Amino acid sequence: MEQVKRTPLYEFHKILGAKFVAFAGYSMPVQYTDGVLKEHLHTRQCAGFFDVSHMGQITVWPKNGKKQDLIAGLERLMPCDLFALPKNRQSYSILTNSQGGAIDDIIIANRGTHYHIVVNASRKYIDFNHIKEHLSDRGDIYLDKKKSLIAIQGPLSHSIISEACPGISGMRFMDQRQTKIFSYPCLISRSGYTGEDGFEISIDDENVVPFAENILKKAHLKPIGLGARDSLRMEAGLCLYGNELNEKITPPEASLSWSIHKSRRATNLSRSDFLGAKTILNQLRLGVDYIRIGLLPSGKAPMRQGSEIYADLAGHTKIGVITSGGFSPTLNQPISIGRILKTFSDDNKEIFVKVRGKLLPALITNLPFIPNKYKKTI
Amino acid sequence: MKYTEEHEWLKVEGAVVTVGITEFASEQLGDLVFVELPSDGLEVTKNQEIVVIESVKAASDILAPLDGVITEVNNLIVEDPSIVNSDPMGEGWFFKMKLKSQADLDTLMDKEEYEKLTQ
Repeated sequence: MEQVKRTPLYEFHKILGAKFVAFAGYSMPVQYTDGVLKEHLHTRQCAGFFDVSHMGQITVWPKNGKKQDLIAGLERLMPCDLFALPKNRQSYSILTNSQGGAIDDIIIANRGTHYHIVVNASRKYIDFNHIKEHLSDRGDIYLDKKKSLIAIQGPLSHSIISEACPGISGMRFMDQRQTKIFSYPCLISRSGYTGEDGFEISIDDENVVPFAENILKKAHLKPIGLGARDSLRMEAGLCLYGNELNEKITPPEASLSWSIHKSRRATNLSRSDFLGAKTILNQLRLGVDYIRIGLLPSGKAPMRQGSEIYADLAGHTKIGVITSGGFSPTLNQPISIGRILKTFSDDNKEIFVKVRGKLLPALITNLPFIPNKYKKTI
Repeated sequence: MKYTEEHEWLKVEGAVVTVGITEFASEQLGDLVFVELPSDGLEVTKNQEIVVIESVKAASDILAPLDGVITEVNNLIVEDPSIVNSDPMGEGWFFKMKLKSQADLDTLMDKEEYEKLTQ
């Protein structure tokens, strides 16, 4: 059996009282002593520290200085307008397969000399091999094995980090910058997975323990486990690969059409020739059968991943499935994200979800459940 | 006080026992957000799934510890499941039941045996 991996902060988490869970081959903190509910609310009210070093960081460098070739090659793998992505900016995108399904959802950043890609932990080797397979002639591709990734999220995240790194004040949502925090070199971006203002910090493994010790001395910053990370991203209406996205679900079917950038949509142009473009561009033109929606259960029972959704209380017409579900600490009620037939997806419509054999009512609602607070302007 | 391998405690008061989950179980489960209790008068058999609890992480079943009849349920924990986390051995009790056979209690663990199980 493969050895369960640990991040460089494993012992540090242990000292903080973390409970661990196996996730994507890693033993990761699911919660600390406060528990998921308190950790979740603390992130929304103050700020949370998340170790997400299990995620993959891939760098892609041009061969023989031919950057235009590299960009064209990368654009073949994702429907992102990379020619328009300035240095020190990042973009959300999807690595698509030839059928238009999602190999992974990623964040890609233009570092000037190269591109930096953050990928899901469960997909990093698949992504790495996929990128290498298609791009080896145009670029040198590395999966960085000596970098940690820390997210600081919440309304106080800016003031907490700016004490240690005043330069971040000029950054807006999705800006990225190479800088130093407490004298440790790091790559910091203003982004995250909670819907809050926040930052993600890529830092050398050898510096991450002292960095964590120092930053957690700041008032109002607490360590937050994967449990609250999941409930925070659900409230923010964000996709989790494996739940809302997989190799059989295309971006439009996950209500991610916005991630197919305009310049990549025109037919008969070389720039619309990304993997799966035929399927995806057709769906953009003609519409899709399934979409992603939010659900507010009418009762108190959480409606979890895999539960079937019906149009009628009798359970005759199956219209979809819950892709993520749990409890929203902010709303103090259960919430779910589902994938249902578009024809049944009117806002505020009552549908029925099978929970332990019983059909329970829920209302369709727009995502996100909690408005996001991204710092889009300075 | 008696204990089951399913981490339930049973407080014996004459013919009626009060049933809840142990401190250990409540800690392992994490914050509870949903409790569904059986109705009064329900006749149950040992290991029948009679309570559903859901934490922020997952759903679990609570089993009837022995044969008997449910005589009372604690609706306060349906209203506020967090009581089970804050006071699992007291205010956070689940239900009371009248046992079919008082002698069945001897098949359960005592405190010392239960503590060994959770070490």
